[in-house]
Amino acid sequence: MRILTTLDPLTRPLLFILVTAIDGILKPIQRRVGIDKMGYFFVLPNLLIFGIFVLFPMLLNLYYAMTGGTKLFPADRPFVGLDNFATLFDCENFSQPNSCQEDLFWRGIFNTIQFVVFQVSGIVLFSLITALVLNQNIVARGFFRSVFFYPVLLSPVVVALIWKWILQHEGVLNAILELFGGESMRWLLDTNWAMFWVVFVSVWALMGFYTLILLAGLQSIPPELYEASSIDGANTWQDFRFVTMPLLMPTMFVVLVLSLIRAVQMFDQIFVLTGGGPGTRTQLMVQYIYTTGFSNQIQLFGLSAAASMVLGVSLLILTLLQLRLGNQSSLA
Amino acid sequence: MRKILAVMLVLCLLLAAVPGMTQDMVELRIRWYDDGNEGEVLRDLLDRFEADYPDISVEIDTVPYRAILENLPLDLAAGEGPDMARVTDLGGLAEYYLDMTPHLSDPGYWEENFGPFLNWKRLPGDDSSIPGFMTQLTITGPFINRTLFEQAGIDVPSDMSDSVTWDEWAEASRAVAEALEIPYPMAMDRSGHRFAGPAISSGAMYFDDMGHPTVMDEGFRDMAERFVGWHLDGTMHPEMWPLSEGYAGANEEFANAELVFYMSGSWQVGQFSEQIGDAFDWQTVPNPCGPGGCTGMPGGAALVGIGATEHPAEVARVMEYLASQDVLGEFAARTLFIPAHAGLSASGVDFDTDLQLAKDSLGVFVGQVGTLEQTAFDLQAYAFNRAVFDATRDRLTQAMVGELTVDEAIARIQDDVDTALAEQG
Repeated sequence: MRILTTLDPLTRPLLFILVTAIDGILKPIQRRVGIDKMGYFFVLPNLLIFGIFVLFPMLLNLYYAMTGGTKLFPADRPFVGLDNFATLFDCENFSQPNSCQEDLFWRGIFNTIQFVVFQVSGIVLFSLITALVLNQNIVARGFFRSVFFYPVLLSPVVVALIWKWILQHEGVLNAILELFGGESMRWLLDTNWAMFWVVFVSVWALMGFYTLILLAGLQSIPPELYEASSIDGANTWQDFRFVTMPLLMPTMFVVLVLSLIRAVQMFDQIFVLTGGGPGTRTQLMVQYIYTTGFSNQIQLFGLSAAASMVLGVSLLILTLLQLRLGNQSSLA
Repeated sequence: MRKILAVMLVLCLLLAAVPGMTQDMVELRIRWYDDGNEGEVLRDLLDRFEADYPDISVEIDTVPYRAILENLPLDLAAGEGPDMARVTDLGGLAEYYLDMTPHLSDPGYWEENFGPFLNWKRLPGDDSSIPGFMTQLTITGPFINRTLFEQAGIDVPSDMSDSVTWDEWAEASRAVAEALEIPYPMAMDRSGHRFAGPAISSGAMYFDDMGHPTVMDEGFRDMAERFVGWHLDGTMHPEMWPLSEGYAGANEEFANAELVFYMSGSWQVGQFSEQIGDAFDWQTVPNPCGPGGCTGMPGGAALVGIGATEHPAEVARVMEYLASQDVLGEFAARTLFIPAHAGLSASGVDFDTDLQLAKDSLGVFVGQVGTLEQTAFDLQAYAFNRAVFDATRDRLTQAMVGELTVDEAIARIQDDVDTALAEQG
């Protein structure tokens, strides 16, 4: 109540009434459950929201994954156990998607793995380089910090449309190439280039966000450490290796986990840029889930839910693995 | 004092009357998509309806076509759909339609004028329900840019023969594109429905002896192989099928004179009249021929009542108004749609356009109705035809980029269809 005395005379009575009212509600509860368990009471609203909007849909999804048919309401759907998972994993040779019953699912998995590896590596590498540069006393530093962050403000659909305009056959890139005597190419139609551009556009669009996180991490490193290393005769590389990197590692793990989750969930940008094509070359798992469950005339919700369970579990394993590695490296 | 009391009494009565008035008003919603100006025409017609029937208000919710294909089925399954909807998956959504028969003043009118097309909107075994009416009958067929043929000095094949083959069109289109450096000789809408006409012309049967859908025949394979080959050699627009998801069209390329031959359908006429006008001579030509005939696919969109509506009687009143011969005739005339109405077919529609190109084009499409093969009608009437169409579209695309061979693609189409139908039960 001491804080009330510092407030102005008009706000003070209002706040006093409010605090008294809350006190009146909480005290009987505290008497009933005990002060030790009051923490549970305070997290209850969050738990409720989590339960309704996260846990319940997850359990419902699990149930859908174990049902068949095309009906929407769970009660109308026949229980098929693990049949949907068996269908997904029915494969003669896992490295050959064409030998699998759900070949598109496996193409989605391989494409997702390739996309995640290149996109996450690209994001971490280029965000780190950019953050290191922007942490220096360069000319127009504020301007460059804004420039790198601007793509983050754009909607993924807008980003994809801009790049589609650049990369299409009659697009800006080919116009520039032709201007300098080069030959125009069908960048998005070539199966190898398509994946490259999908990764490139995604890195371009997202690296500003991760650069910002890394920049914050860099700025939290005490300058005295660099002074000390300089007294010890360390060069720039040794500064980076023995001071910057170890202290930046926790932030790097945040970037790694966030970018990994985002990469596995990638859908909208690629959907607009290539439609998952050419063919299914850039079709990731999320698009398979969407197409199977919603886009086809006969909507296979069960198969789609099973695929999303596989995706969710893979993501969970990857994240736990990363956290474990992160903990080990910070302990070391 | 009395004056004040009188004024208060009047105010109270007014206040009581206003909610009463709004309670009597029934608001209906139509889920709609536009190909051209039909939403605008519909609004105009409904404004007149609302003036005549002030107790019913009709709101049109215009959504993208994709939302009709993907979101509407989910809404209907969840019982949260609109009162009426414009649909193209006619048989696939039949379980959600309203049978308006008990609410119609003259069900005989519907049987008489919409009879052949009512079956497209009915579930198997149902031969009596009246769920709605076709807003248009569509026929798939090719458009050509005649001006480009003239500029290239190449004869239009259909000027010289009544039965031009697909190969002849491909050769002529390539020659025009090459002569004028036009980027795309040919394009076909990214749709299994559009592919079905050429496939049937090549001899595809689409159904086995048991009536189960099949693509495992020589006719289908022949057209599939040819079609994939045209994508590989640059005859067909190389990006449209491989670089899209779901439906895609080449309207813009055709309107920009970047395309010689465009396989699409009659619903484009209104749009081309607006976009192209007489900037160049665009023309509809008869469907190319093969051993199975010279057929396109029939199709169309229907306005249907939704079974979950709380106001079936009012829905039927709106439908009766819109399906009446005069109103539907005006709708067809202003939208340049071919009406699927026996009375209008008999009397003819005076299409509301001064553009001779559009009138000629519609004339060719109407003339094509008689050349459609029975298989094409059977496939259109099949409730789960989209399962066949979607699989055809997606698997042939994979063959175009080398992920599958043509034979593997055909086997996968069959497998996808069989799996989907097994789940459907």
